[in-house]
Amino acid sequence: MSTFKDYINGYAFGIKSLLIGMRTSMKVFMQKKITERYPENRHTTLYIPERHRAMLVMPKDENGNNKCIACGLCQMACPNGTIRITSETRETEDGKKKKFLVKYEYDLGACMFCQLCVNACPHDAIRFSNHFENAVFERDKLILTLNE
Amino acid sequence: MFDYYNLEPVLMWIHSTMCGLMPEWLAFTIEGIAVGIFIMVMYAVLAIILIYMERKVCAAFQCRIGPDRVGGRGGLLQVPADVIKILTKEIISLKNSDKFLYALAPFLVIMASILTFSCLPWNKGGEILHMNIGIFFVLAASSIGVLGILLAGWSSNSKYTLIGAVRSGAMIISYELSIGLSVLTMVILCGTMDIQEIVAYQENGWNIFKGHLPALMAFVIYLIAGNAEANRAPFDLAEAEQELTAGYHTEYSGMHFGFFYLAEYLNLFITAGIAVTLFLGGWMPLHIAGLEGFNTIMDYIPGVIWFVGKTFFVVFLLMWIRWTFPRLRIDQVLILEWKYLMPLSLLVLVIMTVMKVFGLVF
Ligand code: SF4
Ligand code: SF4
Repeated sequence: MSTFKDYINGYAFGIKSLLIGMRTSMKVFMQKKITERYPENRHTTLYIPERHRAMLVMPKDENGNNKCIACGLCQMACPNGTIRITSETRETEDGKKKKFLVKYEYDLGACMFCQLCVNACPHDAIRFSNHFENAVFERDKLILTLNE
Repeated sequence: MFDYYNLEPVLMWIHSTMCGLMPEWLAFTIEGIAVGIFIMVMYAVLAIILIYMERKVCAAFQCRIGPDRVGGRGGLLQVPADVIKILTKEIISLKNSDKFLYALAPFLVIMASILTFSCLPWNKGGEILHMNIGIFFVLAASSIGVLGILLAGWSSNSKYTLIGAVRSGAMIISYELSIGLSVLTMVILCGTMDIQEIVAYQENGWNIFKGHLPALMAFVIYLIAGNAEANRAPFDLAEAEQELTAGYHTEYSGMHFGFFYLAEYLNLFITAGIAVTLFLGGWMPLHIAGLEGFNTIMDYIPGVIWFVGKTFFVVFLLMWIRWTFPRLRIDQVLILEWKYLMPLSLLVLVIMTVMKVFGLVF
């Protein structure tokens, strides 16, 4: 008798889960569609999600200063060797020796957008922007200097 | 009350005028050819509409917008472009296939679906094949399609096609039972197998309201089994891409493949059309008891619009099912039929008979 009960229960459960599935797909049906009509809406309605990783940038403040302290953690964190930091040690006014960033080279062509560099940075000096139209004709142009 | 749109007098008038001008046999031949061409054209046009609808509906269910580029914003010319493409493709002939059966199979499939297509009640007096066992004929004719699928699988001489065809055969033959039983349920309710009379029976209320609970259950069973009959997901085992490339039509190309493709979409329409005939009142307008004004306005809408409208509604339901559920494995498909649908449809049949005998239906 209990097998019959199981059968009926299974039946009811199955119908219920099928209905839930249909409700879910109907919700998606009613939703706003996420397709982008890309080349036409390039300047109008194009929406790139905030967290999209397209290119590494180093934000600057009003005076053109960045927050990088040339610690090199990002360079060490990068599995691809994409980042190359050139730094020099200068003496500050109060006589301390301090590293300064000279050149921050980033090879967009070798980056796999893993974001390890951004996570490694202790000063939030770098982040990813969602500027994604990065096609160029020569490979050299992919090597960017971020601190300029 | 539906006499403004009754097609029968017009057709009879055309026939008698033609008989006045020429011998009767010639009149019949010409009429036959005209009707044949009409069916073919309708078939092609409906297929294009259905394929377009499928693409758009499927896109919406996946949160996309679907065809969008060819032919303006709606992508309206996408499907015609695909049709032209498929028409210009080469039909490959295989070396070790059974040439005759290989060429015959797509025609069997398409013939089965055209035969059933001709039985749909488009309007009052607008049925092409009219006979007193109409719904029985539909069931019989639609089964010819299985033969085409089996032959296609066998004659291509490839393991994929053969496995696909055998699966499809097993599945269609199983689900035919549920379809048969749910159709029978409605035949019991209406007391006739004549399609026009089934529709006429629903003049004062569609079967789904008249037969209430058992009719509703039969409707759901019919939709599920009909989806399986049309070989569509979640029952598209015959052409499971992952394991069988394209199943029974793997080896077909060009228009031969096009026939299978066409038949699949038209079978969808036919399944929906038969569902509308049996459960949703065919070309009968929607009537709500007590609202006289509303009912008269509804009467002014021609039957063919009602029929096509309702059919597309059911097609939408079938697409909703298709794009919601994942595919079943072959054993699950058979379990679903033999352990769940079949007992339920037998039960529904018994309930309906009892209710009909004791006059519990409206
Ligand atoms: S995202 Fe990854 S690969 Fe790219 S620069 Fe950062 S650490 Fe290197
Ligand atoms: S970007 Fe951040 S991690 Fe990299 S050198 Fe500058 S401060 Fe250090």
